[in-house]
Amino acid sequence: MNGSTARTGTTAAPAAGSPATGPATAGTVTAAGTDVHQLKQLRRRTFGAWFKDKGWRHLVGIAVTVFAIFPLLYVLSAAFNSTGTLVGSNALFSKLDFGNFTALFNDPSRPFGRWFVNTMVVGVVTSAATVFLGAMAAYAFSRMRFKGRRIGLLSLLLLQMFPQLLAVVAIFLLLSGISEVIPALGLGSQLGLIMVYLGGALGVNTYLMYGFFNTVPQSLDEAAKIDGASHVQIFFGIILRLVTPILAVVGLLAFIGISSEFVIASVVLTDPDSQTLAVGLYSFVAQQRSENWGVFAAGAVLAAVPVMALFLFLQRYIVSGLTQGSVKG
Amino acid sequence: MPKTDLFQDAPPPPSSGAGPTPGAATSPGGTTSGRRPGAPHRSSRQDSVKGTVAKIVLLGLVDALAVYVLMMLFLSQSWGALAVSSAVVLAINWIYLRKGGLPAKYLAPGVLFLLVFQVFVVLFSGYIAFTNYGDGHNSTKDDAISAIQLTAQKRVPDSPAYKAAVLTKGNDFYLLFTDPDGKASIGSTGAPLKEVPDAGTDSTGKANSVDGYRTLNFQEIVANQQSILAITVPVSDDPADGTLRTADGSSAYEFKPALTYDAAADTFTNTDTGAVYRDNGKGAFADGNGQTLTTGWKIDVGMDNFARAFTDPSLRGPLLGVILWTFTFAVASVALTFALGLFLAITFNREDLRGKKVYRILMILPYAFPAFLSGLVWSGILNPQFGWLNQTLLGGATIGWLTDPVLAKISVLVVNLWLGFPYMFLVCTGALQSLPTELDEAARMDGAGPWRVFRSIKLPLLLVSIAPLLISSFAFNFNNFNVIFMLTGGGPRFADTDRDIGATDILITLVYKVAFGQGTGRDYGLASALAIIIFIIVATVSAISFKQTKALEDVNS
Repeated sequence: MNGSTARTGTTAAPAAGSPATGPATAGTVTAAGTDVHQLKQLRRRTFGAWFKDKGWRHLVGIAVTVFAIFPLLYVLSAAFNSTGTLVGSNALFSKLDFGNFTALFNDPSRPFGRWFVNTMVVGVVTSAATVFLGAMAAYAFSRMRFKGRRIGLLSLLLLQMFPQLLAVVAIFLLLSGISEVIPALGLGSQLGLIMVYLGGALGVNTYLMYGFFNTVPQSLDEAAKIDGASHVQIFFGIILRLVTPILAVVGLLAFIGISSEFVIASVVLTDPDSQTLAVGLYSFVAQQRSENWGVFAAGAVLAAVPVMALFLFLQRYIVSGLTQGSVKG
Repeated sequence: MPKTDLFQDAPPPPSSGAGPTPGAATSPGGTTSGRRPGAPHRSSRQDSVKGTVAKIVLLGLVDALAVYVLMMLFLSQSWGALAVSSAVVLAINWIYLRKGGLPAKYLAPGVLFLLVFQVFVVLFSGYIAFTNYGDGHNSTKDDAISAIQLTAQKRVPDSPAYKAAVLTKGNDFYLLFTDPDGKASIGSTGAPLKEVPDAGTDSTGKANSVDGYRTLNFQEIVANQQSILAITVPVSDDPADGTLRTADGSSAYEFKPALTYDAAADTFTNTDTGAVYRDNGKGAFADGNGQTLTTGWKIDVGMDNFARAFTDPSLRGPLLGVILWTFTFAVASVALTFALGLFLAITFNREDLRGKKVYRILMILPYAFPAFLSGLVWSGILNPQFGWLNQTLLGGATIGWLTDPVLAKISVLVVNLWLGFPYMFLVCTGALQSLPTELDEAARMDGAGPWRVFRSIKLPLLLVSIAPLLISSFAFNFNNFNVIFMLTGGGPRFADTDRDIGATDILITLVYKVAFGQGTGRDYGLASALAIIIFIIVATVSAISFKQTKALEDVNS
């Protein structure tokens, strides 16, 4: 990660006119925390000095790392230990086999494979649509000046303080009303759930993208416009290509959020075959937590692997996206 | 341009072909356009035709769907919804068919979903909060009256026995009756009795077949006993006329409501005891002793739900406890994650620290782990009887990490710290690295020690950029459903109430349990009232704190 990325959002718009400020802002961060380098040469390096300077940092690092990864190792160990119960999972990595995984896929009352597919479908469709809707709105806010623009941006900022799950009762009743007229969009339907999730598609995403869209110089659009490009061509052909990283970040964050969403999914999806991993795994382990532990752990590992892999793969982008948001204020 | 450029460098350099000002761009230098990323290659005329076609196709699809929805609404006679939907469809067509109004074309889809599933549902919650909507009160009064008549049925004394046969069509079962006069009629649950003059009969004169239906044999009747016994065939559209039911699949009797409804007086009378039930004004029928019939209807109850939340003895105490804990939980979670995250950010903010990258990857793993799983996994580790912490680390101790009210609260906070510190670590690192180092150096020149530099210079600057995130983090934790529900389910339960409310319940888990909980009946009205209380709290806190941060910014700049 690079500290200068964080400043891109605030400095880019003016910098586009005067490119000289770009390198200047990037240069300020490289010297951070290196004020002791002269001392280092003068002082004889005893262990005490090393510890005072750096050693304790490693100690903190190791302690926090253990805290961070222990639960993950624990669930990994339980997943590969076919003893299956909570007590049996306590001896970490005492046994390694795939018994839990085969058990996981061989119980019709617990359609893990279906849950997995459902989660992927709901997650991918929703995050793709979220990115698209959010990008369209961000484009309008970033490139067009219209009445109500400021109010619109402010309301989006305010609305994201109130998560959808607060209105879960109303969402449930609204969908049960819809299912009386159009069953395909009502309770029990994944399409209905996706529609509900899309209600939150603007909000924080638009704000994040808006900041990024502003970093693409206006002069690019203007030049394209003079060449005869329409607004649609500018949007798809220029802007979207230049902001692909933020689209990936928003899409991924949306996917992670939705694959963990429990409240609304548990209320909307009642049939086990249509449920997502969050709802299915919870209902599975909630009844008999200690007996089903091994199989649950196997399910948890499988459920977590794609999300974590994606996260680590795109880690750099996510980190920049987060810091971007932080410094922008 | 490589995709990563925006993240790597400061602002992208202006493209060579595009002048920095509109004036320069108008010069006849358009020949460079071919080198520009994503610049259009086709002529605009072609594209506008293609664009128009795409627009017409898309709008056509949307309109086709809309027409279907409108038709269904018309058929179900939902006039209000029909009017609103028609207005929305007209508005969409107007937005996309007119010339100009470009911003609306880009904003409309997102805003439409936002209005329906975020704004409308909030207003709808507000409405539900003022009703008694819930189990036993989920429909209109007319529906409640028919439902009472249908559920409270008993056999009419000395009524004639009908011969019956069981028929099937599709997946539904039907009963074919032959009355004492030999007339045949057919019906099912929700399908009132209908005479069938052309039914086939057996030697005893009992009707046993109808065209289009299949007659069940004895084995099939036995196999489907449950669903056949559940069939109640209304004699007519008026529920007061009673129903026909069978107990064995071969004979049937007439049943009449045990409660008769007097439309003029708007009362129910029990035919056995003579007790009279009147509309008690609270969405139910009640007799003189206040005994109500279980099926009621939805009415507006004004502020009753809010009043109940703060006066009902089984609710008031626990609710105050929950509100207090919600604040404690949210504030402590933000404070703890921020403290640890900032501490780590400072600790690892050294260019020359070996293994920094490895530490960072391992430390952000909890943030990548799906949140709902974290609560469940930790609930296994902390399980008082079988969990790893008690069994292995503490050698068989029986400490109630999740069952003791105080320890459960601490456990919830620790787990939430585990979940949240990586985010704060990342955010603080970013903010720390973007602080100008000149300030730091200048302060040291003036003789400030490291702690002084941090306390008086870095921290205030850091807070300016981080404060809005701390507020969002507070708002998020205020409604952090997953960690509480998955870890403790809100438990351990309070002893002084028969409701399902516990020591670690926060407001949002309480809303969920009141609305959809097992065991106790669903009470949508009360749940919505609690949700409205959350809205008001979050709005107030955000408004105050955003004002404060504005002040903070002004002071510093």
